[in-house]
Amino acid sequence: MTATRSVDPGTGTRPSGGLVEQHRRLPRSASAGLFGTGAAVGVLASVLTGFNVVLAVAYAVVLGTLALYVATRSVEGTRKAFDRLVTCVVTTAFALAMVPLVSLVWTVLSRGLRRLDGEFFNSSMLGVVGEGGGAYHAILGTLIITGLTAVISVPVGLLTAIYVVEYGTGRLKKAITFLVDVMTGIPSIVAGLFAFALFAIFYGPGVRLGIMGAVALSVLMIPVVVRSSEEVLKLVPNELREAAYALGVPKWRTILKVVIPTAIAGLATGVTLSVARVIGETAPLLITVGIINGTNVDPFDGRMATLPVFAYYQLTQPGFPPEFAIDRAWTAALVLIILVMALNVVGRLISHFFAPKTGR
Amino acid sequence: MTTTSAPPQPPRPKRRVGDRIFAGSTTGAGFLILLVLAGVAVFLITEAWPAVTAPAGDIPGGNGLGAYIAPLIFGTLLAAVIALVVATPLAVAIALYITYYAPRRLATAMGYVIDLLAAIPSVVYGFWGIATLAPALVPFYVWAEDHLGFIPLFAGPASPTGRTMFTAGLMLAVMILPIISAISREVFSQAPALHREAALALGATRWEMIKMAVLPYGKSGVIGGAMLGLGRALGETLAIAIVLSASGGITFNLISSSNPSTIAANIALQFPESTGLDVNTLIASGLALFVITLAVNMLARWVVNRRADFSGAN
Repeated sequence: MTATRSVDPGTGTRPSGGLVEQHRRLPRSASAGLFGTGAAVGVLASVLTGFNVVLAVAYAVVLGTLALYVATRSVEGTRKAFDRLVTCVVTTAFALAMVPLVSLVWTVLSRGLRRLDGEFFNSSMLGVVGEGGGAYHAILGTLIITGLTAVISVPVGLLTAIYVVEYGTGRLKKAITFLVDVMTGIPSIVAGLFAFALFAIFYGPGVRLGIMGAVALSVLMIPVVVRSSEEVLKLVPNELREAAYALGVPKWRTILKVVIPTAIAGLATGVTLSVARVIGETAPLLITVGIINGTNVDPFDGRMATLPVFAYYQLTQPGFPPEFAIDRAWTAALVLIILVMALNVVGRLISHFFAPKTGR
Repeated sequence: MTTTSAPPQPPRPKRRVGDRIFAGSTTGAGFLILLVLAGVAVFLITEAWPAVTAPAGDIPGGNGLGAYIAPLIFGTLLAAVIALVVATPLAVAIALYITYYAPRRLATAMGYVIDLLAAIPSVVYGFWGIATLAPALVPFYVWAEDHLGFIPLFAGPASPTGRTMFTAGLMLAVMILPIISAISREVFSQAPALHREAALALGATRWEMIKMAVLPYGKSGVIGGAMLGLGRALGETLAIAIVLSASGGITFNLISSSNPSTIAANIALQFPESTGLDVNTLIASGLALFVITLAVNMLARWVVNRRADFSGAN
């Protein structure tokens, strides 16, 4: 335990007198060393009591933290020790949150890669019993329904965002902002029920249409588009708008020619991310669109297959023998994750490369 | 020449056709949002009404609508509360780690990684839950039944498949973790730099600085974030439908194979095979879910927005 004292850099001598407070500190490498020692003891303890990965890690972290805490407390005092303890706890929490992510990606990858082949993307489930078959019809259905959703949601969402940022005043603006926030929290299954109830009134109960799914997904997607576009439009500097007005440009042209082009990258990112948000939605499609084995590309005529619902039914109702359907389900889940991740990456890339250089 | 010219009239703003169309269509879109939200309520009530007025014997279960929905509401709340209890402290710790402990250059990337958890579709969580999480928890359930069985929560018998309420709650916790941590992160990073620096300058350790300058400032943000997470957990559907082995009934026993279902999961499981009054009953339960989540979300937004008014950042 070395006691460091402040040393006058000029003369190299200690300042005389007892006025300078002296701190006793652990050397820098000691914290890692102490944690390591505690962790090693923890692993040893778990090996002696029958090895188990989870328990070993838990023992190691707890004992490592404890060792560091006790050592710091005896050398540096309670406050520093508690600070170290919190650092350890907070870091552990972060590591703990990584566990499900890694485990999930690993599970889906290892089980989904088995059927990630050409046939999966080329064939539908029409007449398939047992081996083979694919999700061509489901992928097509997902693309059509998500496309329709985007066609409905993007204009409505964008216009609402423009209203809130550029035109809105007073109560109505506040009400809309608040309700959009509330709408973000509508459970997806309730959105599905809404679409079902809406169409059941006109077409009678038991109706299943692709467009119903698009309506349900729009309820979920519109608020996301509004929120993200609103944030981006607010970032456009007011100087640009004022410059346009000063030149005599009408408001609508200012918005179309100045505000939106400045914000276009952010808007594109927001739309991409909101598509990523709804493309994996299962519950509303389950009750509005249903599932079929063949390919149906007409969203106004009968049931369609979609990727998430396909994955769900392949896993929960695999038929006999079950293993082939379960393999298909995992591959569908993998494709779904790849789609969502790709959309996320594309969204971030758009905002990274096309962000306006406004200097803010 | 003493005539004074009349003071110049301020030029009247010209209402151009383009402006009128544009302003009209954006306002229309805004109204559409109001309409949709009202529509959700109206259509759900319309379709749920037959179940409300039907004689008790016609409702599935034969004891009326209340008896049908009550266990579902209980299951929904139970799963969501487990998720909240597990996720909130973890999410706050993660937010603190990313804002104040992680190396600066890595912090943004770590934020993205946590956000990725939010991007994974719910059905995939269900797959993971039933294939990985549930089996992994079985040894714990067996242990809990043996050693903690005196607590009603762990009375057992332990489920051999691990498809229990506790598993479902843990999975929900993972799903709402990114929501709570994203909002906590935002408020923590907005804590006034002056307060933080003042604390450090007075010799506070990093934890003391966080305790004195960051946490009081971010408290209502964390509460609001937790309630938004609660809203998400209440409405989560397929992950629970896949993982939870539900048999109805109200029980606090978290580790056995007979659990109350949740509203959303029950709808997803029953709806495709239902006709007639069963559909109306399910829609009525959906209406109950809608009301609960709406209340929770409104409260959450109110808490978050109230904080924004006091924020020193703006």
